[in-house]
Amino acid sequence: MKSLDDLKALRERMQKQMNVRESDEDTIKVLVGMATCGIAAGARPVLQAFLQEINKRGLKNVKVQQTGCIGVCRLEPIAEVFVPGQEKVTYVKLKPEMVPRIVNDHLVNKNVVKEYTIGAAE
Amino acid sequence: MKDLSLNVLDITHNSISAEASLIELEVAEENGTITITIKDNGKGIDPEMLETVTDPFTTSRTTRKVGMGLPLFKMAAEQTGGSLEIESTIGIGTEVQAIFYSNHIDCPPLGDMAASVAMLAGALKDGSDLVYTRSIENSSFAFDTRQIKEVLGEGISLAEPAVQDWIREYITQQEDAIKGDKHEKLG
Repeated sequence: MKSLDDLKALRERMQKQMNVRESDEDTIKVLVGMATCGIAAGARPVLQAFLQEINKRGLKNVKVQQTGCIGVCRLEPIAEVFVPGQEKVTYVKLKPEMVPRIVNDHLVNKNVVKEYTIGAAE
Repeated sequence: MKDLSLNVLDITHNSISAEASLIELEVAEENGTITITIKDNGKGIDPEMLETVTDPFTTSRTTRKVGMGLPLFKMAAEQTGGSLEIESTIGIGTEVQAIFYSNHIDCPPLGDMAASVAMLAGALKDGSDLVYTRSIENSSFAFDTRQIKEVLGEGISLAEPAVQDWIREYITQQEDAIKGDKHEKLG
């Protein structure tokens, strides 16, 4: 059973890691569209896949956030990836099984997964 | 929407946008009904807007003229013979309550409430909290982000992937426990 004690243990682990965390300028941001359009198209399992993959790999410099409607509802689920120093990349029509590759190739190795981007879809 | 937990995720985002400091979400299963209540102390909806708020061509957003969240939630409830009520006062807050008849063939499954609640907790603004109460007949449990923040202390966000993971598993286990209570009574 998960208990509040597990949460305390988690806090202690995270506090230790915070000291070695890279500064804000190095933080990669992932924004997942979670408006009605996104949720109806399957954004929740996509966001969950990002969280699980990042947690599994123990990536400390990635922030996953929820946002509203990105504006191209027909291409949902959509995620925008902001890597410092690079242009924003918009991934469209996402499925949970596409997420590990985006995390590996783009978030870790800084190579955009071109075939999942809005440029490839349009 | 494939299940009710997705509607809940969508509609409760409205309470976050309304800058509520406290959002109370309740899912109560009793006598063949599922009652979902989302209550906040956010900025409220003005009476004119409130009259048409379940119309898909009403939205507060300025980028385009449709808003599907509440209309879809209302439709889902009415398809089961249930209903959706919304009350709101400017400056006081908003309460949305939907009743579903769970034995109706068109009643969607409740779905993964733990996943929705974890994500909502992760989307909360600073100074904003969420209480989720789940009850099945006479068994219930509550999840309160104030308690979680107290344990985590300053500087650790509820949106952290490791925290999200804990919240989801914790709620799943608590829900399984009250489902177990129900089965014991039936058995």
